[in-house]
Amino acid sequence: MPDPRLSLRGVTKSFGDVQVLRGIDMDIAPGEMVCLIGASGSGKSTLLRCMNGLEPVDDGAVRLDDVDIAEPGFDLGPIRRRIGIVFQSFNLFPHMTAYDNVALAPRRVLGEDARERIEALFARFGLADHMRKYPDQLSGGQQQRVAVIRALAMRPQTMLLDEITSALDPELVGEVLDVLRRLRDDGMTMVLATHEMAFAREVADRVVFMDQGVVAEEGVPERIFSAPERERTRRFLASVLR
Amino acid sequence: MIAGVSTCVALALVVVLVPLAPGWDAVRASFFDGEVFVRVFPDLLRAFTLDVAIFAWSVPMIFALGLAIALARGNTNPALFPLRIFGAVYVDLFRGIPVVLLVYLVGFGIPGLGLPRPWNSPYIWGTVALVLTYSAYVAEVLRSGIESIHASQRNAAICLGLSERDTMRYVILPQAIRRVVPANMNMLVALQKDVALLSFIGPVEILRQAGIFKSLLANFTPYVAAAVIFLCITVPATRYADYLMNRDRDARS
Repeated sequence: MPDPRLSLRGVTKSFGDVQVLRGIDMDIAPGEMVCLIGASGSGKSTLLRCMNGLEPVDDGAVRLDDVDIAEPGFDLGPIRRRIGIVFQSFNLFPHMTAYDNVALAPRRVLGEDARERIEALFARFGLADHMRKYPDQLSGGQQQRVAVIRALAMRPQTMLLDEITSALDPELVGEVLDVLRRLRDDGMTMVLATHEMAFAREVADRVVFMDQGVVAEEGVPERIFSAPERERTRRFLASVLR
Repeated sequence: MIAGVSTCVALALVVVLVPLAPGWDAVRASFFDGEVFVRVFPDLLRAFTLDVAIFAWSVPMIFALGLAIALARGNTNPALFPLRIFGAVYVDLFRGIPVVLLVYLVGFGIPGLGLPRPWNSPYIWGTVALVLTYSAYVAEVLRSGIESIHASQRNAAICLGLSERDTMRYVILPQAIRRVVPANMNMLVALQKDVALLSFIGPVEILRQAGIFKSLLANFTPYVAAAVIFLCITVPATRYADYLMNRDRDARS
């Protein structure tokens, strides 16, 4: 394995008395697509939020290109430009058009009027006609694609995707998953928390099954889905693949 | 239909019964004298422009100061904790004192320090009293608006690499301010009426002008005329605020 893009060692995180992450070790190689699967509450979302410093970790190291960003007092600003994150609930800014949602951070953070680049992104993901619309004039699938474009406009090296299809009507899931397929073909490093098992099996380089705050099992999708070694992996897959 | 009939009945009762009161003739003569009304109305209207002027120059100061106090109270930076305390004390203090009392204290007290002209003007210190009180209210309204914006909005902005400052300025505040427009409209209606309190410390605005006419003509009709002028402004403004509030509620349901 080449030097990992992202490397976690002994990461723990509690909310009050509840320990959500109980010692996570994980390496993510450049260009790798990793799918986190597991029941709700298994710690997938929290793990993603620790990877870009949105949640401070209680203990352990989160190294991005060999720099520990979990050190107290570390300036996360520059890091966040290199890691894009997309949320389940889109979190577009409702008072701005789709275009302004995307253009705000490049303009304020990079000092760049990235108009051509942004318009190209909208065109690439089939939203060229919707740039001037407000989020509430767009379907859920369109909003989520705008959220992906917004993250991409900062030219991240890594994308964290937190159950980005879970809030969508079933018929809109496909268009968002298509976007991820294209990013994968671009060689984007991605960590994706998902309940879309068929999609994980199709596109992931590696599947990580999380259970009660630990990595219970991981491996190539073929092996995890057809021949899981651990009893709890089997039980989880049986419950979601019914 | 039923509402219409019952309204007419109620109105008829008032019209029939009130004049039966023993003092009605005297009251009508001293409060509802048509001739006096017509005679004082233009002068009162002229005096009212002073109320409007005081209102107009107070509003930008109230919102600028209110916003500053709201941001001071809302900041989470430990190093700026004193600012937070200051904001809390400011709001408690100036929301807790009746406006008229503050108008007296500031309007008489500060010029009493023997300040040279024009710094002893009641216009200045009366305005200061209004700005102190109303900025405290507006600060609380704005703060409630800021806190009503879901944390996910802030997270999304921070994760894009925006600074705390830019997040507040471009993401949180525009949404928060829009959300509290109706509440602030009600604030402005109240302010327009409270401008009349400055009459106690000198400026000849509408209430004081009405008082002068009252003494001059030995008749209370000028007060009624002043009330009518206020209503012409405040009723449409209140209705507009209600309209905004309803529209806001419908949009969110």
